[in-house]
Amino acid sequence: MPIRCEIVSQDRVVYTDDVDIVVLPGAGGVMGVLPNHSPVLTTLQFGIITVRKKGEEQFFTVAGGVAEVQPDQVTVLADAAENVEEIDTQRAEAARKRAEELLQKGVGPDTDQYLAIQAALRRSNLRIDAAQRLRRSRRS
Amino acid sequence: MPSTREMRLRIRSVKNIAQVTRALEAVSASKVRRATQAVTATKPYAEKAWKVLVHLARQPGHNALHPLLKERDEVKRVLVLMVSGDRGLAGAYNVNILRYTLDAFKDFKQPVSFVVVGRKGRDLLLRRRLNVVAEFSDLPSPPSFLDVSQVGRLLVDDFLRGEYDQVYLCYTNFVTMLRQEPVIQKLLPLEVEFVADGKHDKMGTHRTHSVFTYEPDQNEILNQIVPRFTALQVYQAILSSQASEHAARMVAMRNATDSALDLIDSLQLDYNKARQQAITNDILDISGGAEALAQSGA
Repeated sequence: MPIRCEIVSQDRVVYTDDVDIVVLPGAGGVMGVLPNHSPVLTTLQFGIITVRKKGEEQFFTVAGGVAEVQPDQVTVLADAAENVEEIDTQRAEAARKRAEELLQKGVGPDTDQYLAIQAALRRSNLRIDAAQRLRRSRRS
Repeated sequence: MPSTREMRLRIRSVKNIAQVTRALEAVSASKVRRATQAVTATKPYAEKAWKVLVHLARQPGHNALHPLLKERDEVKRVLVLMVSGDRGLAGAYNVNILRYTLDAFKDFKQPVSFVVVGRKGRDLLLRRRLNVVAEFSDLPSPPSFLDVSQVGRLLVDDFLRGEYDQVYLCYTNFVTMLRQEPVIQKLLPLEVEFVADGKHDKMGTHRTHSVFTYEPDQNEILNQIVPRFTALQVYQAILSSQASEHAARMVAMRNATDSALDLIDSLQLDYNKARQQAITNDILDISGGAEALAQSGA
């Protein structure tokens, strides 16, 4: 029996399909969700959602949010979500470099700008990691 | 009666105006489409987030209600977010939302402060010497969620800090190309149960009997969801307002183009008449002269 997985962000539906297993970066650690899982509501950490369907895996980055697990359904309300295959590694690298340079120039901590840059850095790191993981899993 | 030369110039300038208004109409038409598409794209998240909210609010033993959901005993100050346009030339769009907003809040005993989206709305409110505490303008069209999330954050932060005890949202709902309605909606505190029994119920409510595990806990989940849901409502309001603004502008521009074409027709008619009159006069002169010559020669 498959389980329905829906990943939505505020401005679009990122993914929706019937899948075999969903792995989420939950508040209490990474959790794998199989069909007939008991109902859970959890917040999500920055991380990667893995979805497996008939041996094929897909990865999504997620920048926090909330997930609702029902026996036949997983709904992810993501703050920002993206299919890893859509990630442009070069652009992500460039963004990381930009953010690191800005931080070195010494923006005062605790300012809005500092927090924004840090968030951007965290995001680009996550995207680069995710893209690398995808490549590794393709190779094996 | 202006000279034929002046009339020709006038016709040409009206033709230019018609061209500009026609171009503006086409631009607005495509912007309406983009904005309405963006509104549709936010619906899935809104519905799902709403379901989770209703579910959490209905939990038994949930007496320590989240601060964003809790009605305050005494309402001392009120904050209103009014969404208007950056530009004019959109028919009555900006004036309509302003009039509607002012009408709704004129009987409030509490002091009302305004946060405004759009330069036109800001100018109109300031001209009436109302208290505008923040302004967001020059948003892209359509804006991305990130572009407007700061608006929502501002409202939530001010509310939580206790600076305001109620937050309202005034925007223009896009019904059709020809109809846009100003709407007022209470944003904070979020009235989950109240709305759930009303129009939103068909969105589907939860199987409340199932026992949920909460990680880390219910309040933390509410902390995550409520501000985002609020920001999303603001986002939807802005998108819907933009669609309305562009639709209003499109209609205004179409009317302007039509009037310009009518004007060109009537000017052209006048011009033709004047031209014909001049020719007739010339012929009369010539034939009169010829006749005089023939008579004197005879």
